[in-house]
Order: sequence, then structure tokens, then C-alpha cells
Amino acid sequence: MELSTLLPFLANVIVGGLVLGFVYAIIALGYTMVYGVLQLINFAHSEVFVTGAVVGFEVFRVLAPVNMNGYLKLLIALLAAMTISGLLNVIIERLAYRPLRGAPKLVPLITAIGVSLILQDVLRVIEGFQGRFDLTYTLPNGFAAPFCGPESSCVGLGKFLTGIGVSLQLKDVILIIVSLLSLAVLNYIVNRTRMGKAIRAVAQDRVTAGLMGIDGNRMISATFLIGGALGGISGVLFGMKFGTVNAYSGFIPGVTAFTAAVLGGIGSIPGAVLGGLLLGVLEKLIGVSNVFGELLGIKNLAVIDDSYSKLGAFIALVLILIFKPTGLLGKSNVEKV
Amino acid sequence: MTATLQKQPRASAPDRTILLVLFFIVTSAFLLVSHNGDLLSQMGAIGTALKNPIVEALMVSLFLANVLFAYLWKAAPWARALVGVGSLLFVLPAAGREDTSLLDLSIQIMIFAALALGLNIVVGLAGLLDLGYVAFFAVGAYTWGIVGSPRFAEILKYFGENPGGTNAGTLAIGLVLTVVTAASMLYINRLTSRAAPTAATAWSFRLASVGLVAGVILTVRAILVLMAPQADGLANGLNAGFFWLFLALSIFAAAAVGVLIGLPVLKLKGDYLAIITLGLGEVIRVLANNLDLYSAGSQGITPIKSASVPWFDAAAGALGFAPDQYYLLFLYVLVLVMIGLILTVNVRLDRSRIGRAWIAIRDDEVAAQAMGVPLMQTKLIAFATGASFAGVMGMIFAAKQQFISPESFVLNQSIAILSMVILGGMGSFPGVILGAAVVTLLNLRILPGLGEATANISWIPQQANPGQLQRLIFGAILVAMMLLRPEGLLPSRRRQLELHHDDNQEDESAQGNAGALGTASGDVYSAGYAPAKEDDKAGGSR
Repeated sequence: MELSTLLPFLANVIVGGLVLGFVYAIIALGYTMVYGVLQLINFAHSEVFVTGAVVGFEVFRVLAPVNMNGYLKLLIALLAAMTISGLLNVIIERLAYRPLRGAPKLVPLITAIGVSLILQDVLRVIEGFQGRFDLTYTLPNGFAAPFCGPESSCVGLGKFLTGIGVSLQLKDVILIIVSLLSLAVLNYIVNRTRMGKAIRAVAQDRVTAGLMGIDGNRMISATFLIGGALGGISGVLFGMKFGTVNAYSGFIPGVTAFTAAVLGGIGSIPGAVLGGLLLGVLEKLIGVSNVFGELLGIKNLAVIDDSYSKLGAFIALVLILIFKPTGLLGKSNVEKV
Repeated sequence: MTATLQKQPRASAPDRTILLVLFFIVTSAFLLVSHNGDLLSQMGAIGTALKNPIVEALMVSLFLANVLFAYLWKAAPWARALVGVGSLLFVLPAAGREDTSLLDLSIQIMIFAALALGLNIVVGLAGLLDLGYVAFFAVGAYTWGIVGSPRFAEILKYFGENPGGTNAGTLAIGLVLTVVTAASMLYINRLTSRAAPTAATAWSFRLASVGLVAGVILTVRAILVLMAPQADGLANGLNAGFFWLFLALSIFAAAAVGVLIGLPVLKLKGDYLAIITLGLGEVIRVLANNLDLYSAGSQGITPIKSASVPWFDAAAGALGFAPDQYYLLFLYVLVLVMIGLILTVNVRLDRSRIGRAWIAIRDDEVAAQAMGVPLMQTKLIAFATGASFAGVMGMIFAAKQQFISPESFVLNQSIAILSMVILGGMGSFPGVILGAAVVTLLNLRILPGLGEATANISWIPQQANPGQLQRLIFGAILVAMMLLRPEGLLPSRRRQLELHHDDNQEDESAQGNAGALGTASGDVYSAGYAPAKEDDKAGGSR
């Protein structure tokens, strides 16, 4: 590959990685919020997120023949996914985790794995009734079009990006905007509202917060609701980005997003976003290692192709946990005896 | 304490010798009849009823319950021995002669029982939640799968074409590197056992371990290159006589991988350990999927040989087995012996110093460390022991299936094994064997049987066919056990003592102990239990 084509290629890879990273970041927020409050890895979150994706698919499918603005359809899909995923998460918490409050850590963790397995099959059966397994998203017209159409119509950042040869689609831009919006709303809720303050208090010390008149269980439910709603959003975004979803497709993005949460420092909201973006870019870069291998003449690098790209998250996970278990933005947790 | 750990049926329990023997005779008769195709076809309507997949699954389950009852019930020793030995050594093979799938099923159950026993050491005794356990199973399976199949010739051919460097020289360097680094690792280990480890010793140990891996890789590579001219002669893999050598090797290979994975990750605790082992298990699966040269990628390796023991084959032939059943019968006996060995090792370990150290770590890591338990070493031994059981069973699995592919080593397998351990009762050996039997039966007989039986019922849709609801059922088992009976079906005696005090036991220290296990403190990373209901300290929101 020529050096002159390398720069646009790299820019493309990085922008693609960032778009992917936003999806991971929003999923990671669901893990990180629950972990922050309960110190529990909610393994079921990957299925909550797939539920959001399935709801989004159903909304788009039902609305496909309806003559309606594409953005309105997207809004409806997002709201429906948020509601259902959020409620699902609350129900899971109420039935499976709350009775185990105070049990040794392994117990809720195993329950979470169990819930995740149950949800996988339930989703498969529900969709299977309609004879569907791989759900292919049919987006409203125009969403797959290139961002800002002909180059002459671009302005500002769009012009710069297309100028260096990055091809962005409209859905990618929508994805970034939705992610940023939900981040802003989450930030507002957690840092500016009374409920956010209460959630943070519960996360810090449930007993003391209880003494101050905060209903711990209600706040945990609220956290699960918010986390589930974020899962719903990320599900729709995931469906838009990848096009197909099935009941079992939550596992890999789930682990990747969890890695993102750990990478940024689990329990930290900006950390989850940072981790998600880094992992998105990393995944894209590993996927194109063969290009670099050819470029640099390294034979062993040249065999690493897209099929290895999912390994990026796992290897990153291992390295982070070994060398900096607190993550990039996390605070170290002193062990008390 | 040891005396109380022995299984003692309550004195008041009625003697069930006659019931046990009767049950054994009846279920054995049914099993023998229902798997004898000729007999069934002569029996008309009854034969058809017995052939029904649900009835068949029920028969097998009832028959296997014999062994459980022989263990649980209070009966004369001779009756318990008769039922145990008779059903496993005589009735099962006899029924398996008519229907090989029964032998296959029993091997599968025992493989999973061994896996569950291995995971039980890691999770149940040492309290380290390992979600990538099936990786060690894969290591064992691929160790024999590669050399015991035509794949070996392919690899040799590749190395013959790409020798890279002089072979004798590479071999010498590799051997020297291996020996030197292993020696230095041992030396550093001895140093650190006397004095506190410093940064220098820690780093040189890591450096030496990297060197050891490099040395082993160089050596293996050189050997492969040197063997390359024999590629044509090995077109069907190594001589089956090497099975025994590799049976030993697979133990070491899996244990070595266990140590390799364990060394970096065992510093982590609780859910971090769970997620990192999950990640590593997935890494091994992706590697098996992508290293086409060694693992044939997603196509898988086939055919894989099994050992051939001439006198055993002759004996099997004399007993009326067909030649294509010899290898299954052989593996059945082998796996029975292996289970016996593994169980013995388990029981011995449990009562040994190391077993008590594991339990101490599970219950309170910090306290155990303060009492002088070497954390890292003890955890590594647990990991390596569990891994070695998985390795050996992986190899037997490869020989039984004659085919392995990355599909057999997915996360769901790890979770299935975990659910066996939890269902049976963490830390309890008979419990996890029971768990393995129940889950495997459920997976291989009962659910498919139900699925087959309901396939033609119109109001049960194809999508909700019980045969396809494995995940749902696993998940429900995990959740229900955690919520309702976290100690498992056959809880370990020791844990029962820890968690369920009789009211007449007024031991203050024991009371405190139970409290500590159940408190809401997030620092106790015990593999343990949801607090027992009578433990009001743990109530939380209850």
C-alpha cells in the first residue's frame, strides 16, 4: 500500500473504531453503573442489551410500511427499547438479585449467569414463534446514505473528514449524536439531580445512606432502570451499526463492553466511555493488522485478520487486569480486613 | 473433626437392604430389556412403549439412581457393593452391548463427572470462580487430537517445508534454554521461600518463565522439523501405543497451561477472576478456531485414534461385543478407572494440608494468609490440579468422539460444568458426581427424549421444543439453586456443619464463624452460600 493511501485508510479505521467505540461505551455504562452500586458484574446486561436490539428491530419492522419521518421512527424505537430494557432490568434485579443481597459475592454472580442464559433462550423462543432467528434491521430510507451527500454540500468537520477520505454514513453520525446525547442526560441525572445524588450515596455506603433516609432498594432499582435504558439505547445502536442481531449475539459485545468498563476503571462513568472508544479503535486496528504486516514485511503479522479482531478485547482485558486492575480512571480500592 | 466428616447414616434410618437389591434387580431388568432391540420387537405393544424416548430416558435415569441409592441408603455393605459394582461393571456394559449409545452416554457422564470434580477443586474448595475451565479440557483434547490423527502428518510436512535454521542447533538452544530457565525458576522459588520476594526476584522469575516457554517452543519446533521426513509414515497419526504416553502428557500439558494462565490472573479475586478466566477460555477457543495448521480450524480434527489393547479386545470379543464396540468398551473401563483415581486423589487432597489451605482461602483469604498459607502457591495448585483432571478427560473425550472442533469448547460448556458443581453441591464429591449425572442425563437423554416425544404434538411449537431449551434449563437450575438451595443437592458434610447449626450446638466460636460467612461484607470472596435462612445477620432486605 502506498503511503499516500495509508493516511486516509488509517483515518477511516480510526473513525470506524470510534463509531464502534460509542456503541461499546453505552453498553459499558450499563455494566459500570450496576457495578458502581452493587459491586456485581451483571452478566445479564448483555441480554438486556440484546432485548433492546430486538425491540428496536420490531419497531422498525412494524413502522416500515408507515409513512413517517425516519428520525421519528428512530425516536420511537429508542424510547420503546429504553422502556422495555429498563423494566426488564428492574424485574431481573427484583426477582434474582434482591433476595441475595448480602450473600457472598459468588452467589449473585452465578445467578447473573443463570439469568443471562434464561434470557437468551426466552428471546430465541419469542422470536422463533414468528419464524425469525437472525433479525436484519431495515432502517428508514436514507440512513445508509453517505453522510452529507455530495462533497460540495459538506460543512465544517464533515468537510474535513470527507476531505481526508473518510467515508461516513448517516447512521454512524446519528449513532454518535445519540450516544453523546444519552451521555449528557446520564451525566445530568447522576451529577445534578436529587436521585443521582442518592444513587451516588448508596454506591458509596448503603448502610449509611439508609441512615440518612435514602431507600437503598429504590435507588438500586433506579440504577438498574437507568442501566437497562442505556442497554436499550445501545441495543438499537448496535442493530443499526451491524445490521443483524440474534438472541445469542450479546456475548461478544457484552464482554467487550465489560472490558471497556474495566479498562476505564469500573464504576467510573467517564472511564467507561474512554474504555469503549479505546477498545473500538483497538478492535478495528487489530482487524487490519494484516495490512500493516504486508506494509512492514512482517509475515507473522500478515496472518492476523478480521477473525482475530474480537481477541483484542480479551487480550486487553488480561493485560489491564494484570497490570492496572483499577483501570485508567478508576480509584484504587484499599482492602480492609 | 475428621470423624464427623465421615458419612454416617442416621442411626434411626431404616435398613433398606432388601429394597435396594429389589430396585437394582427391577431397574437392571428393565434396562437390559429396553435396550435389546430383538427382544423388544417380539414384545409387541409393550416393546413399543419401552422404546418411547421418554420411557427410555426414565429407565436409564432410574437405573443410574441405583448407584446413588447404594451410596445414600443404609443397607448391608454387601448389598451396597453388589449394587455399585454390579450395575457399573456388569449391567451397564451388558446393556451397552446391545445399544452402544448407552455406553456412549455413560462415558459422557463420567467425563463430565471428572470435569465437575476438577472444577469443584477450583470453585468448591478453593473458591476461585473459573469460567474458562473448558479451556483445559480443550488442551487435553487437542494434545491427543493433533498427534493421534492425520493432522500430525500435515504439521510435519509444513515444518519440513519451512525448516528455518539448523535443526540440531535449534534443538540444542531450545533444550539448554529450557533447562536453564527451569532451573533458575526453581532456584528463585527457593530463594523467595526463605526470604521475602523482592522486585528483582519477581521480575527475574517472570523473565525466566518467558524463557522457559520460548525454550519449550524452540525444542518442540526443532523436534517437529527433525521428524518431518517421517511425515508419510505417520499419515494416520502416531502409533496408538503412544496413547498411554500422551495420557500422562495431557495431564502435564493441562496442568502447565493451568499454571501459565493462573500465574498472572490468580492475583485477582471474585468477579474479576471470573471474567478474566472467561476471556482466556475464549482466547483459547478463538486460537483453536484460527490456527488452521494445528487445529484444522472450525472443520475440526478427525479421525482420532484410540488405544488398542489386544488382550482387552480379545476379552471383549469373547464377551460377545462387536469389533466396532471394542474401543467404546475400552474407553468405558478406562474412564471408570480414571474416575476412581480422580476420586481417590480428591478425597486424599481434601483431607490433606493443601485441602485445608484451599478451604481456608475460600472462607477468608486475608485470614488464611495471616495464618501462613502461601496464597499464590495454594491457588496455583488448585488451578493445576483441576486443569489436569480436565486435560486427561479431554484426551479421552477426543478418543471417544474421534472428532474435535472448537464447537465442543465453548463458554456454554464451562457454564454447564459449573452448573453441575452447583447443582450437586460445591465442595461435595458425591454431590458433584450426582450433579454431573443429572445435568448430562438432562442434556443427552431427557431433553432430547422430551423433544422427540413432543415433536409431533401440534400445540407445542417447534421453537419451544424442550430439546432446544438447554440454556433456559441450565439458567433456571443456576438461579433456582442460588435462590432456594445454595448448598446443592448433596451438600458437603463440612459445609453443612459450617452453615446449618443445630440449635443444641452452643459453640460460640462456631456461631461467629457462620456469621462471618454470611455477612454483607464485600471482602469475603468465599465460594459459598447464600446465607442460610436461620442466619438473621445476613438477612439484608429479607
